[in-house]
Amino acid sequence: MTQLPAATDKKLGLVIDLDTCVGCHACVTACKGWNTENYGAPLSDTDAYGGDPVGTFLNRIHSYEVEPKGGGCSQTVHFPKSCLHCEDAPCVTVCPTGASYKRTEDGIVLVNEDACIGCGLCAWACPYGAREMDAVAGVMKKCTLCVDRIYNENLPEEDRVPACVRTCPAGARHFGDFADPDSNVSKLVAERGGMDLMPEQGTKPVNKYLPPRPKDQLPDMDVLTPLLEPVAEEPKGFLAWLDKRLEAL
Amino acid sequence: MHPAPSVIVFTVLSGLGFGFLTFLGLGLPDVHGVEAFFYFAVAFALAVGGLVASTFHLGNPQRALKAFTQWRSSWLSREAWLSTAALIILAIYAAAAVFIGISVFPLGLLGAILSVATVVATSMIYAQLKTVPRWNHWLTPAHMLTVSLAGGAILAQQTAAALVLLLLAGGFQILHWVLGDRRFAERGHTIETATGLGDRGSARLFEPPHTGSNYLLKEMVHVVGRKHVQKLRIIAFAGMIVVPLAIVALLPVNPFTAILATLIYLVGAFASRWLFFAEAEHVVSLYYGATGSKPPYQPSFSG
Repeated sequence: MTQLPAATDKKLGLVIDLDTCVGCHACVTACKGWNTENYGAPLSDTDAYGGDPVGTFLNRIHSYEVEPKGGGCSQTVHFPKSCLHCEDAPCVTVCPTGASYKRTEDGIVLVNEDACIGCGLCAWACPYGAREMDAVAGVMKKCTLCVDRIYNENLPEEDRVPACVRTCPAGARHFGDFADPDSNVSKLVAERGGMDLMPEQGTKPVNKYLPPRPKDQLPDMDVLTPLLEPVAEEPKGFLAWLDKRLEAL
Repeated sequence: MHPAPSVIVFTVLSGLGFGFLTFLGLGLPDVHGVEAFFYFAVAFALAVGGLVASTFHLGNPQRALKAFTQWRSSWLSREAWLSTAALIILAIYAAAAVFIGISVFPLGLLGAILSVATVVATSMIYAQLKTVPRWNHWLTPAHMLTVSLAGGAILAQQTAAALVLLLLAGGFQILHWVLGDRRFAERGHTIETATGLGDRGSARLFEPPHTGSNYLLKEMVHVVGRKHVQKLRIIAFAGMIVVPLAIVALLPVNPFTAILATLIYLVGAFASRWLFFAEAEHVVSLYYGATGSKPPYQPSFSG
C-alpha cells in the first residue's frame, strides 16, 4: 500500500562516514553485483562496451570539494548516495499502483516490481536521486537494504549485512537499527553528530551521514626559510667579470 | 527536465478535451442529435487521445489498471478514477443527447464537475512535488485549469466565458513564469544543504559519480533549450492567449473561427507545456553540481 505506516517497529538503515570514505567505488560494484544476481529484475546496462555506456545503479559515489570558510586547504569529500529509507518517504505516497511501499516491521522502502507500471513518478518525488528506472525491465529500481541478505539464514552471520557494508574496505559504512538507542549506528550518530541530507524537504531520512572531521591546522613551523635566504643576488669580482665577458660574446 | 512528448501531448490534449466536456456537460451549447454527435466526438477524441498518449511513457503499460488502486494517497490514481468517471457519466449524457435528443442536466453537471476535477488531479501530480519548487505551488493547478477551460470555452463557442478564461489563463501563466523563476532560490535548497557540508564551507562538485549519463540526468537534470526561453514564452503567450483572444473578440462566432482559434491556441499551449517541463529544475541537480548560475554536470561525449 502506498500509505505510509504511522510508525515502524525497527528503523533499519545505514550510517555513512564521510570522514572515512576513500571514494573507491567498491560499494557501488558490490551493490550492482548482488542486486543483479539476486532479488528482482537485474540492473541492466546499455551500450556497456560502446562509446555511451548507461546503466542502472542503486548506489553512486559523488565527490565534492569543500573550501573552508576561513580559507586554507580545500577538502575532498567522497559522498556515497543511495536510498535513505525516509520515515516520511514521498516516493511511496505518490505511487498509483501500490508497488512502492514502506515495511512496518523494519522501515525498509521497497518496490514490488510485479505491480510497477514504470511511470517514474516516485523517482520524481525523491529529492536524493535514489531511484532509477531500469531501461530494459521498465520497472523502478532502488536500494533494498539487501533485504535478501540481512535476514538470509543460508548466509554466514557476518554476511547478513548489506553488500555495500560488507565490502567497504575503509569501514565507512555501518548498518543497524536506528530505533534502538543502544545500537552501533545510534551511538555513532550521537558521538559524531550524524546529519540528514536536505532536511528542509521534510522527508526525515533514516540513513545518516557523519560529517568529515575538520582538517588539522598546521602551525607556523617554518624554521628553515630564514637560513635559505639567497646569499648573493649579483655576482661580484671574478664571477662578475666572467659574466660580463660572456654577455659580450 | 526532459520534456517527454507523450506527456506534453497528454496534458494539453486531454486538458482541452476535458475543458470542452465541462462546457458540453453544462449544456453550453445545449446540442442534440447529429450536431451533438460531432461536438462530443471531438471532445472525447481529445480527452481519450490524450489519456492513451499518457500510457506511452510507461515502462510497463500492460499493468496500467493497477493505477486505480491507490486513490487514497496518490494523485495519479485519483486522476485515473476521475477521468474514467467523467468519461462514463458524460458518455451516458452524450448518448441521451444524440439518440433521444434530451439533455439530462444533473448528469451533465456531475460530468462537468468530474471533468474539472480530472484537470485539477492532473495538475496536482506536478504541484505536489516538493522536489520541483517551480511546480510546488497552487499556481500550477490554477494555470493548468484556466488553460484547459479557456480552450474548452473556445471550442464550445462561449464568447463571454472564453474572453474571461483567456484573460485569467494569461494572468496565471505570467505569474507562473515570473514567480516560478524565483521559487528554487526562495526555497533555499543548495549544494550545501543537499550534502550537509555547508557548515564547513562552500562545496562544489569535484567528480560526478560516473563518466557517462544516467536515468536521473536524462530525466530530471536535462538542461534543454533554456537559451530560447524568452522567445518560446512569447510564442506560447501569443499563441495560447493573445491571438485566440483577438479571434474570439473580433471575428463572428461560428465553428470555423472556433477551430481556427483552437488550432492557434494548441500551438501556444504546446509551447507553454514544453516550457513547463523544460524549465523544471529538480533538486537532485544539486548533487550534480548545479548552482544558480552554473548548469549541472552533463556528459559531453556521445557514442
